[in-house]
Amino acid sequence: AMDTDLSSQDRKDLDKFIKFFALKTVQVIVQARLGEKICTRSSSSPTGSDWFNLAIKDIPEVTHEAKKALAGQLPAVGRSMCVEISLKTSEGDSMELEIWCLEMNEKCDKEIKVSYTVYNRLSLLLKSLLAITRVTPAYRLSRKQGHEYVILYRIYFGEVQLSGLGEGFQTVRVGTVGTPVGTITLSCAYRINLAFMSTRQFERTPPIMGIIIDHFVDRPYPSSSPMHPCNYRAGEDNGAVYPSVEDSQEVCTTSFSTSPPSQCVFTVTKAHFQTPPPVVTDTLKVPVMGLAFSHQLSSSRLSYQPAALAVGSADMGYPVLFAGGLTAAHPHQLIGPGKEGGVPPVPSQPAHGTQADQERICTPLDGAHYSAVTPSSSEDTETVSNSSEGKCGSPHDLLETIFVRKVGAFVNKPINQVTMANLDIPFAMFAPKNVELEDNDPMVNPPDSPDTESPLQGSLHSEGSSGSSTGNTHDDFVMIDFKPAFSKDDILPMDLGTFYREFQNPPQLSSLSIDIGAQSMAEDLDSLPEKLAVHEKNVKEFDAFVETLQ
Amino acid sequence: GATGRSRGAMNCRAEVLEVSVEPRQVEEAALAVLHTVLLHRSTGKFHYKKEGTYSIGTVGTRDVDCDFIDFAYVRVSSEELDRALRKAVGDFKDALRSSGSDGVGQISLEFYQKKKSRWPFSDECIPWELWTIKVNVVNLANEQERQICREKVGEKLCEKIINIVEVMNRHEYLPKMPTQSEVDNVFDTSLKDVQPYLYKISYQITDSLGTSVTTTMRRLIKDTLAL
Repeated sequence: AMDTDLSSQDRKDLDKFIKFFALKTVQVIVQARLGEKICTRSSSSPTGSDWFNLAIKDIPEVTHEAKKALAGQLPAVGRSMCVEISLKTSEGDSMELEIWCLEMNEKCDKEIKVSYTVYNRLSLLLKSLLAITRVTPAYRLSRKQGHEYVILYRIYFGEVQLSGLGEGFQTVRVGTVGTPVGTITLSCAYRINLAFMSTRQFERTPPIMGIIIDHFVDRPYPSSSPMHPCNYRAGEDNGAVYPSVEDSQEVCTTSFSTSPPSQCVFTVTKAHFQTPPPVVTDTLKVPVMGLAFSHQLSSSRLSYQPAALAVGSADMGYPVLFAGGLTAAHPHQLIGPGKEGGVPPVPSQPAHGTQADQERICTPLDGAHYSAVTPSSSEDTETVSNSSEGKCGSPHDLLETIFVRKVGAFVNKPINQVTMANLDIPFAMFAPKNVELEDNDPMVNPPDSPDTESPLQGSLHSEGSSGSSTGNTHDDFVMIDFKPAFSKDDILPMDLGTFYREFQNPPQLSSLSIDIGAQSMAEDLDSLPEKLAVHEKNVKEFDAFVETLQ
Repeated sequence: GATGRSRGAMNCRAEVLEVSVEPRQVEEAALAVLHTVLLHRSTGKFHYKKEGTYSIGTVGTRDVDCDFIDFAYVRVSSEELDRALRKAVGDFKDALRSSGSDGVGQISLEFYQKKKSRWPFSDECIPWELWTIKVNVVNLANEQERQICREKVGEKLCEKIINIVEVMNRHEYLPKMPTQSEVDNVFDTSLKDVQPYLYKISYQITDSLGTSVTTTMRRLIKDTLAL
């Protein structure tokens, strides 16, 4: 590229812009894969140290890696800066997920003003990068990392290598900025063939409680352990001299600030699980759940006697689905959603309960507040007051989602009929409230008796409850006495009525009781090595069997 | 919002995005789009110095997770701006709801410049970019469908973000950077921490009959007069 038309000052500025743009690009990408929500503050008075007028923190290690990879050079034709994002499982398998490419092509824009237009467009491009890094598949994967896998990054400089992305990878362009020396382009190529490692797989598997998976992590944040050698041409003279580390500090746009480590948000690649293992009995201490639920019912149809806290314990009929990760670890926070620290993000469907648990588990090492899904939880004090204004969605969704979890396997409708008029009153949920029905679907599976609660319960009273939402005409009636017509049968020693009454409240299956569940899981884990040894011995038999199937 | 006359959009580029969502997803979907656009259309606060130079404040950003959609987006760290958008989106959602559940609506974000006119004419508002989000509200029957909807809408929003970024990357017309005396004709300087381009948000609801209504009252009045 001809640079004779560019003044030397402009050229110097441009090189500096491109260099810091590259460094900030790496920061944005890596920070977007740490597995946490990023938050930086706006500042109306210019500090003179925020490149491109954006508050992007600098993780020192990341800057170091980037500078190492660049080795004093700038992206140029044929020499691109690439940030490779990959996933590594606890077993050691790894897979490339994305390659972010900062490239330069030969198309020059001579007319453009360096210090003004190029700078502002680079700023815009960084904003686009912030947005795009949240919409590729790796973002969601990275938010769930910690238990079974971690996300790693690697920076290299030179030719772009896309072969590790598998077949049919997709490309998304973040943007381009024309400069007098060439056009900067930023794009991402990402794997779509996640065949052997779908996000669903991780969602379904409950986190292994009590086991901290840190044996495969060397450093507390994603490492850039090279998986193949960085192939840059060292020692090539680019025609300009770059100070190796320190740059001249100028006011306004050109000073580069390194934030102290305490301000940086690091990922957790350990499963840094602070809360105690999920003894579901913890949730028994949340009496509000059962009572609130019963209140809801009585307002709709059954004359149901909420036998105080017994309902809570009865709900323990649904342990298995949630044993893996149910931690209503902060029961007191159910009533006050505006608090910092938030409520564990819970989805509104039971089947994905474990997904939420996995999200919750990654706690930042620096103890920074790990926020729930609700926008009300935030580090900014101003937002906290927002939440108490009662954004429509968030407060009653806490209730809604917890309801679903508690009621268990066969309930397929979140109970979104509760609106919280004022959450500051203790036990506000018991206050008479306006039932706000967003849709008119009837509730399914009211508990049939205050004494015992079991998943079988529902099936006795509503057929097809597991999938349908059509409700159940039986629910509209309270059974006083059962006098079945034509029920006398000489063959059976008892009549249908007696039979029905007797088997109306079957006891819980022992396999569904949580104590046994928790014990057996621990036992299972203990017995795994032995089982594996046995299987290994028999591997020839298994192989032979497989042969017969083919 | 501005109070001046609106000139027809001769040189105003217009983008339309369409989403189909459940009622409870309306707000989050609209906010995701509006915030993403405003992320690109906000700068730091200008501080004018002598000789016509100015320095620019810093824009912070933060991640937002959606509750009802499997989706996350980045917005500008400005509670004032967030509040303003939430208010507009909340009004839109209420209007949608009161129009009946089969309603279709659209919410628009318009960026404009003010052009001062001499008395007795009021200032003109000249739009230069218009984003329209068309919202189709769907009602689903069961949990399974809703879970699929969470994911699908999440995927759709990812596409919308990519679309928005594509438009932004075209580097088409943007108002010239104003002098100090002109800054309020180009930017909204009322916020304390960031400075978006002057914008206004409006919405339109189409009820199930295909009539476009801006308020329920207006329709009632029309109906009454028709009798």
